[in-house]
Amino acid sequence: MSSEENLKQEDLLKVDYKPAAKDWQDPTIDFEAKRGNWCYSGVLDSLDYLDMPHPEKKWAPTDEDWLLPENWKEIILDGLRLRLDRFRTLRLFMDTCVRCGACADKCHFFIGSGDAKNMPVLRAELLRSVYRKEYTLAGKLMGKMVGARELTIPVLKEWFYYFYQCTECRRCSVFCPYGIDTAEITMLVRELLAEVGLSIDWIVTPVANSFRTGNHLGIQPHGFVDSMEFAADDLKDIIGMDVEVPINKKGAEILFIIPSADYFAEPHYYTLLGYMALFKEIGLDYTFSTFASEGGNFGLFHSHEMIKRLNAKTYEEAKRLGVRYILGGECGHMWRVYHQYMSTMQGEQSNLEVPKSPITGTVFENAKTTKMIHIAEFTADLIKHGKLKLDPSRNDHWTPTYHDSCNPARAMGLLEEPRYILQHCCNNFVEMPDNTIREKTFCCGSGAGLGTDENLEMRLRGGLPRGNAVKYAQDKYNANILLCMCAIDKATLPAVCDFWAPGVQVGGVHEMVGNALIMTGEEERKVDLRGQPLSGKEGAKDV
Amino acid sequence: MSLWFSIIVILVLIAIPWVGAGIPGIQTLFGVVIPYIAIAVFLVGFVLKVLKWAKSPVPFRIPTTSGQQKSLPWIKSANLENPHNLAGVIGRMLLEVLFFRSLFRNTTTAINEGDKVTYGSTKYLWAAGMAFHYGFLLIILRHFKYFVDPTPQFVNWLQYMDNFFQIGLPIIYLTDIVFMAGVGYLLLRRLFDAKIKYISLPSDYFPLLLLIGIGTTGILMRYFTKVDIVSIKELGVGLLSFSPVVPEGISAVFFIHLFLVNCLLMYIPFSKLMHMAGVFMSPTRNLVNNNRVKRHINPWNYDVKVHTYEEYEDEFRDVMKGAGLPLDKEPAKEKE
Repeated sequence: MSSEENLKQEDLLKVDYKPAAKDWQDPTIDFEAKRGNWCYSGVLDSLDYLDMPHPEKKWAPTDEDWLLPENWKEIILDGLRLRLDRFRTLRLFMDTCVRCGACADKCHFFIGSGDAKNMPVLRAELLRSVYRKEYTLAGKLMGKMVGARELTIPVLKEWFYYFYQCTECRRCSVFCPYGIDTAEITMLVRELLAEVGLSIDWIVTPVANSFRTGNHLGIQPHGFVDSMEFAADDLKDIIGMDVEVPINKKGAEILFIIPSADYFAEPHYYTLLGYMALFKEIGLDYTFSTFASEGGNFGLFHSHEMIKRLNAKTYEEAKRLGVRYILGGECGHMWRVYHQYMSTMQGEQSNLEVPKSPITGTVFENAKTTKMIHIAEFTADLIKHGKLKLDPSRNDHWTPTYHDSCNPARAMGLLEEPRYILQHCCNNFVEMPDNTIREKTFCCGSGAGLGTDENLEMRLRGGLPRGNAVKYAQDKYNANILLCMCAIDKATLPAVCDFWAPGVQVGGVHEMVGNALIMTGEEERKVDLRGQPLSGKEGAKDV
Repeated sequence: MSLWFSIIVILVLIAIPWVGAGIPGIQTLFGVVIPYIAIAVFLVGFVLKVLKWAKSPVPFRIPTTSGQQKSLPWIKSANLENPHNLAGVIGRMLLEVLFFRSLFRNTTTAINEGDKVTYGSTKYLWAAGMAFHYGFLLIILRHFKYFVDPTPQFVNWLQYMDNFFQIGLPIIYLTDIVFMAGVGYLLLRRLFDAKIKYISLPSDYFPLLLLIGIGTTGILMRYFTKVDIVSIKELGVGLLSFSPVVPEGISAVFFIHLFLVNCLLMYIPFSKLMHMAGVFMSPTRNLVNNNRVKRHINPWNYDVKVHTYEEYEDEFRDVMKGAGLPLDKEPAKEKE
């Protein structure tokens, strides 16, 4: 039902925003009919590797029996009580919502699906109704009249369906007058679901891989080395110079951590080539690590505990290698963790130093404690100080527009740095409409562990607002590449663009840097990092 | 259904004092006992609720950043949308609390011409919210003239402003119109916007109807039925000075008005109306976005099972050696 060939733009554009006839308090979901909108359950090997509870055999959402433990209800309610005591956010978000509905049409999944339960307010009510029943006097006495619901297996299934239809993008929280953040609610409900063995595979298997091999794709150390050498060879073909790629090098000044897709998938790969070119040109003393070979933290999509379990390797590896500080590549959720969770979870790092650019001498006071800076901050500083020779005309075959990735935008505020870089590396940079960028940016529709195949219909629906804004830039300005700073974006926006704005490619910010960068001793560039001929070099256009 | 349930409850709440106040000797109940109970329930309930929230810690610093961060000195940061210091947080909270900043961002989404998703600016909800809240605030402040003798000077000022246009006789208070229009819009919106109607619970209609009831009885007393202001003030001043008396000749409309206000007070601590306190405590709004500068402490931060480099190298030592990677521990000599 949901294979890409069967999905058509005109069908997915017929969104009916009128709520269903049945009361929202009815939890029943026909999983069979909703194929394409949910994800497969976690495989048992992965769950075992992580010591997570799970049923005796693998279950499918279409099964009647989800093989829950006998005391599932007790586990959930105890878990909910524990979290109410641990998270002020949860307590407040349960009590203060006035159901004004300002969030309703801010969610990309609601805009693309019209399913009322994808309005953030109702998504939260799915939990809130149970909270009222169990923990408030009014809910106990008045039941349905105050929107209280008994926790039943259908309610649990409904949670599984809708809390795995939220990408934790936080767009709704920008518009909420009380700052209610659905991402927080989704994270906590997913924790509860995991405790009774309900999880999705595109989260738990990447988590297990990350735990074991250091990266979510499960690439082992020798595979990592091969990939990097391959990339160095590719880059050599373009710039005509050897490129050294330091890996696990003790005593390097900087540990550089990137999402693993950068060395394994397109179009991420071209961003990796951009990094390599940049570091070679400035002579940076850095190292990759095979152990910390993943910046992305799939633990964020699973539980707070899992964030910490996966994140621990960052500082452990920095210490082991004896670096001064850490530089992080282009990634989305990775930066939510590094920015908002890492120092709280892992503590002060007295053996690292406050990041200081070896090229410009800039001290990054904004990372005084975590000792970790974003590559966009690093590169913007280089450009500002005139340390890079850039030829933006080498990107003239591109008319780029920029997609603010959710987490760097709404959980950090990294808005100007990438734009500053792009304005210096590209001549044709254009913006999408105001309501779709910066803090109001729209998610790719596949974040938070939902970037898998079996839920493609929901991903494309969730991708409608982003895809449509891209289409706008394509129609109006002839935009032909969508740049972004998130590995999940780079992995999933190509499908979104193919579907909603065919003809627009997807790339990274440092791909543009790598293209524009004039390197000392390089051969005259004839192709960009993708191997495509540069404007003017193919004789098509005068520069 | 939700609406009808709320209407019935409100009608019952109106009927109680209407019938009750007519029974001789029982006026003390409505004029003194219930008001004191209501205020006690409100104060105690309110404080307990806030304490309950405060008891749960804020384990992570997770502000929603709605503007540019402070990073490099030459990039202008948006301190009010993404605060990097306490001043920024105070500014952000003032904008939120006084001007409903986040609601001001509201947009309305539509799919036009079949394939264009558009986001129009919409300020109606914001405007109605502002009208209702500020109208209500000013009306409450104006009511100090019924509790304090002589009437405080600020109340005279407010009344002067409120009567500025000198329309009608008695002169119509602008705040009455603004308040009723604001609440009215909020109610109509719940009834006529299909999405909002779908999510509305009795606990959404009830407070609006209660406010409309309070406003209507107030307006009735001022503009349409004669009430004995002097007696009412005697009652109000008596209540506030803890020497309550119930003068003769107070009309039933007043008791309905007072009873509904008491119901509202008692309802607040157990309802969504606690958003008035919650908004100050929201961790996505009231925290400084300085996570990388200053460590935030989680009081329940606990140790977790991690996968160490040592375990990693133990598993992959041979392939690492084969790939020429440096090792912390050399592999044991193999027998070949």
